[in-house]
This record gives sequence, structure tokens and C-alpha cells, in this order.
Amino acid sequence: MSWPDALLIQVLRDPARLGSLGLPDWDLLIRQSRRSRLLAHLALRVQALDLNPPEAAAAHLRAALNVAESQHRAVLWENRFIAQALAGLQIPVLLLKGGAYAQAGLRAGLGRLLTDIDILVPLARIEDVESELIIHGWEGSEELTAHDQRYYREWMHEIPPMRHMRRSSVIDVHHNILPRTARITVDAQRLIEAAVPLPGAAGLLRLGDADLLLHSACHLFMDGEFDKGLRDLVDIDALLREFSAADAGFWDQLERRAHALGLARVLFYALRHAERLLASPVPAALQARLRASAAPPAWQLRLMDAVFRRALQPDHASCEHRGSTAARRLLYLRGHWLRMPLPLLVRHLSIKALARPPAPKPARQA
Amino acid sequence: MSERVRLGALPPQDLQARLAAGRLCLRTGPFSLRLQSRLAHVAEAVGLLYAEHPLLPEEGTFFDFHPRVDAQPGLRRWLRPQAQFELDGHRPFSPMALAQAAPMLEWGLNWCVTEHAHQYIVVHAAAIERGGRVAVLPAPPGSGKSTLCAALVNRGWRLLSDELALIDPARGLLLPLARPVSLKNRSIEVIRSFAPEARFSAVVHDTLKGSVAHMKPPAESVRRDQEPARLGWIVFPRYEAGAPLRAQALSRARGFMQLLDHAFNYHLHGSRGFECLAEMVAPAQSLDFSYSQLDEATRFFERLAADEAPLERAT
Repeated sequence: MSWPDALLIQVLRDPARLGSLGLPDWDLLIRQSRRSRLLAHLALRVQALDLNPPEAAAAHLRAALNVAESQHRAVLWENRFIAQALAGLQIPVLLLKGGAYAQAGLRAGLGRLLTDIDILVPLARIEDVESELIIHGWEGSEELTAHDQRYYREWMHEIPPMRHMRRSSVIDVHHNILPRTARITVDAQRLIEAAVPLPGAAGLLRLGDADLLLHSACHLFMDGEFDKGLRDLVDIDALLREFSAADAGFWDQLERRAHALGLARVLFYALRHAERLLASPVPAALQARLRASAAPPAWQLRLMDAVFRRALQPDHASCEHRGSTAARRLLYLRGHWLRMPLPLLVRHLSIKALARPPAPKPARQA
Repeated sequence: MSERVRLGALPPQDLQARLAAGRLCLRTGPFSLRLQSRLAHVAEAVGLLYAEHPLLPEEGTFFDFHPRVDAQPGLRRWLRPQAQFELDGHRPFSPMALAQAAPMLEWGLNWCVTEHAHQYIVVHAAAIERGGRVAVLPAPPGSGKSTLCAALVNRGWRLLSDELALIDPARGLLLPLARPVSLKNRSIEVIRSFAPEARFSAVVHDTLKGSVAHMKPPAESVRRDQEPARLGWIVFPRYEAGAPLRAQALSRARGFMQLLDHAFNYHLHGSRGFECLAEMVAPAQSLDFSYSQLDEATRFFERLAADEAPLERAT
């Protein structure tokens, strides 16, 4: 560990440092935060400490808060349309991730940007959900190839994203939190049984506390894309702090649930890095038990520590270290490896590599 | 700022070296920029277009944006060299032909503002000032907005911006961002003959917008680019070949609604943004304006500034 964590990680771990930053520090911090989609989150941290950063930096924090607050309103608004569209089906509809954090009023939802709303419904009814959404104005993308359709429908845990034709909002409909073809699978019925109702959106549910945390951990530590890795770890930190403060039994519940769903190693990684990078208050005894029961062999753990630590730094030129690129590549392959068996993976990547790239996006004409 | 050093005071080689090293620091309106490019033609364009802008110290300070435009790396550069715009590793555009790097930087800077500067209400409009009052000219592409703006800033109006009118919602004032004025196709020649003293960057052909050149903003506008001003007029311009000049007053409500249509981000400012705009618009005059002759149009604006312009009644 010959290099320090990114400035952004240092101030998230120790927010008091925000009070003593000079102008060049703010310059770097704003850039790292913007790149990590954490600028609004940073702005809320600054607000919570009642600090007065230099005006030049404060302007960017204000800008990010304006965006986040407006998005928060838009998400609550959109959730109501989703609830209405699917009310007739009489099935459990779970909001996932950012949409759920916002609707549940969780701190993880404050200042969090999202590009689409994710929902989870029972697999048996997913076609009904798709047709209800179409009736209510959402439409699938016409640009998807037959391979894309097949990739989603046969192998993944979601159907292709749908966009609302008037509001332009995008919804991802899932039937599970992990792909069908993945090395680790979870029984979605058990997640649905433990779901809890959401306030202010009749008929919508969210995952139970432990499952919500485990889903966030799966999303981060089993996926191959780490460009939003730090943001996801910040979610995990916020959920851990809020749930454990509200319910003394949360840690036990989390541990039991992770074992029951076969996600103990994912939880081990999540708690390990949330504690190391963001000083999450993880009980030492819990982490020791998880290490004994679920950690990989020591040599592999050392490797994964080095890899995750690099990939969880902001994806910014100021955070490049020896091995950063290799770490991201390795995780990309690992993400695909965890996602599907090797023959399928080879087929998928070959088709992707041979396919024509999509038409380029023209520069804004302004 | 104790001593204001103009970018134009840098010897060209010095400018190019600083730009190549990502150490060319300047201020434009409310933004401080730290630019980077190894491309000689970008250095040339920046040297010409931003000559009046003040340089900033590179150490110990804060920059709003660190944009970069450079040749795309990789094998392709030997076959068909391309330019790429980048902000902190984010590349919002598809690459363009290398010859288009200089206008790409301008488009990239516009993108920085529309994508990130949400502390302001940003309206897609030209903004020019005379006698302490700003005329905002919102209009779709092809309406002749930039041509009219270029003509007026060569006839005594102060340039605030040719594309992005910035409104400070806390004060209800328009902020200058006196950057190069983008002209395309025939407008380039039209302004060259209308204002022979105006300076232009090299014309770049075959861009997504056709042929493009940027006009250097007037020195006086750049010198005063820290002076905000209040709204006086909302003018919706339309160029109509051969048509007589026509100016028709619009009701406040219509002017306001049409202004909102051109605001990129007013929805991000919630009810405060709405109230701020409504207060700004209340004392302003809105009008539809069509013209074909620039001379005639600039004379009309002269009378508008003197509160003597003949307007057809609101319908």
C-alpha cells in the first residue's frame, strides 16, 4: 500500500478534513467527485457539517444539488406512474436500488443520481408486466439486435430497458438480482417474501433491509464495470450506517441472510472495503466470522484486495496507479466469468466483438 | 486581480507550450479554465480568439473546468486522424476530423456549461447589452440569431454570449460569458463584409454544421465580462430572405413561455427558478422580430435601445 487513497475517499472517510482544504484540493476534489457521480453527495456532506467552502467550489456543489434535488422529485413522480401502470396486475412490484432508496426516504437516496428506475417482479408475470408498461406508454428499443434480445431474455435477470415515449424515463424490469446463467443464483421468491411496503407509493415494495444491502453488494462486487464503483460503495456505507443505527439486530440478520442466500463472500468483500475505504462501523467479530467462513484463500484475498482497492478509486487520471488498468480489466473478465459459463461467455463476447458498432452520437450543435 | 495579463501578450511559442502542457489558464465570465491541447492549430485559434482574455496563475488556485482536445491515440491516427474532446476522462462526443479540433473545443466548452453549470439558469440564446439593459435572443438554429448577434456587437452592443445566456438565480441578473461567436456557412462572409475589422479563426469545412468559423469577441466586451446586467428585452429573431423588417410586441405571458422553451435547465431550479425568471421578465419587453437586411436590423436595435422603436401591437 505505497500510495494514498484518492482525496475524495479520504474526505468521505474523514469529513472533518473538508474544513481545512485549500483551493487546489477543492479543484481536485470537485473533479474526482464529478467523475464518480458523487458531487451532490459531497455537497450534502459539506452541508451537514455546516462548512463554508470557497465560493468557486461552492458554486459547483450548488449546481450538483440542484440536479440531485430535481432528480429526486422526478423519481418520486415516476414511481407513482409505475405503481399506477402495474396496479391492475395484483402482483408484488419491488423498486430496486436508487428508486427504492428515494421512495423509502433512506439517506442513501439523497444526492444520488440515477439514469433509470429498476423494478423486480415475479418471473412468471414478467410478460404481463411488459405488456402493461407498453399499454401505459413505455416502449422497447428498436435498436436491439436479435442477439441482444436473446442475451437479455434467456440469460439475464432482466428484460431489455424500456423508455416512456412522453416522459423519456427508462425502466429496467428484473425478475431476479443475479443473471439466470450466473455461478451464484438466488431464489427471487425468497426476496419477494421478505419485501417491505414503501410509503407514499401504493402497491410498491422494496427489498428487506438485509436484502437491500446484499443486492447493493452483489451489484458492486459481482459486476465487471467499476466506473461507478465508489458510488456503489458509498451506498453500501450509507445503508449500513442507517440500518445498524435503527436496529440493533441488523448485523445478525444480515449475516444470517447472507449465508441463507449463498452471498456470504459478497458480503465479506462489501464489509471489508466499506470499512477500509469509508470507515463503515462494521463489528469486528462479524467480519472475523465471515472471513473464517467465506473468504477466499489468503493469496487470492491479497490479490483481490489489491484489485478492488484500485478499481474503487475514482475513475480519474489523478487516481491512476501501477496496476489500475490491469485491475479494471481483470474485474471486467471476472464480472463476465461470474455472469455466465465459459462457452456461453465466448459466444457472447465473439458476437459483441464482431457486431458493427452503433452509429456515433453527433456533438451537440449548441 | 492586481495585474491583468492578456492571453494575447504571450508569445505564440509560449502559448503553444503552455497549452500542450495543459497549463494555459484563463478566465471567461464566471469560469476559470485550464486548457490542454498539443495541436498547433488549436493553439493558433485560441491565441487569436481569446487574445483579450485575462490569464490566470496556474498554481494555488481553483479551475472550474480542465478541458482537453487532442488527437485520438491508436493506429487510426495514421489512417484518418481524429480529434477528441475530453473533460476529466469523460468524452461526451464522438471523435471528429482532426481539422475540426478548434471548433470542437468551443463546442466542448459550451457542453461544460450546459452539462455542469447548473448553479445558473442557462438559456439557449444570444445575449447583448446596451445602456445597462440586456436583449436576450432565444431562437432555434437557422434563425440567424448568431449572425444578428455578431452584427450588433460590431455596432456598439456589448456581447454577453452568442449561445448561452447565463442567469444568476440569486440576483436575477444576466452574467457575461464573452466567448467567440460561432458563425456558419454564408454568415461568415456576411459578417466579414458587414464588419471588416472583425477577426475570425480559420474557416473549418465539412463539420456537422457545414463550414464554421469563430469571431473574436470585441475587446471591450471581454474587458467588462465581470459586469452583470438586467434583462431589458426578449427578442425572438427570424431571418427571412427578402422580407421587410417586422417587429411585433408579444404579451408578457407569451414572451415568458417562449423563453422557458429555450431554457436548458430551468426545471432544475424548482419554484425559485420559476419565480426568478418571472421577476426578471416582468419589466422586460418581448417581441417577435423578422429581418433580411443587417443594416436595417442594427438600426432598429439602435432605436430599441433608445426606447424609440416602432412596434406592432401584441396580438
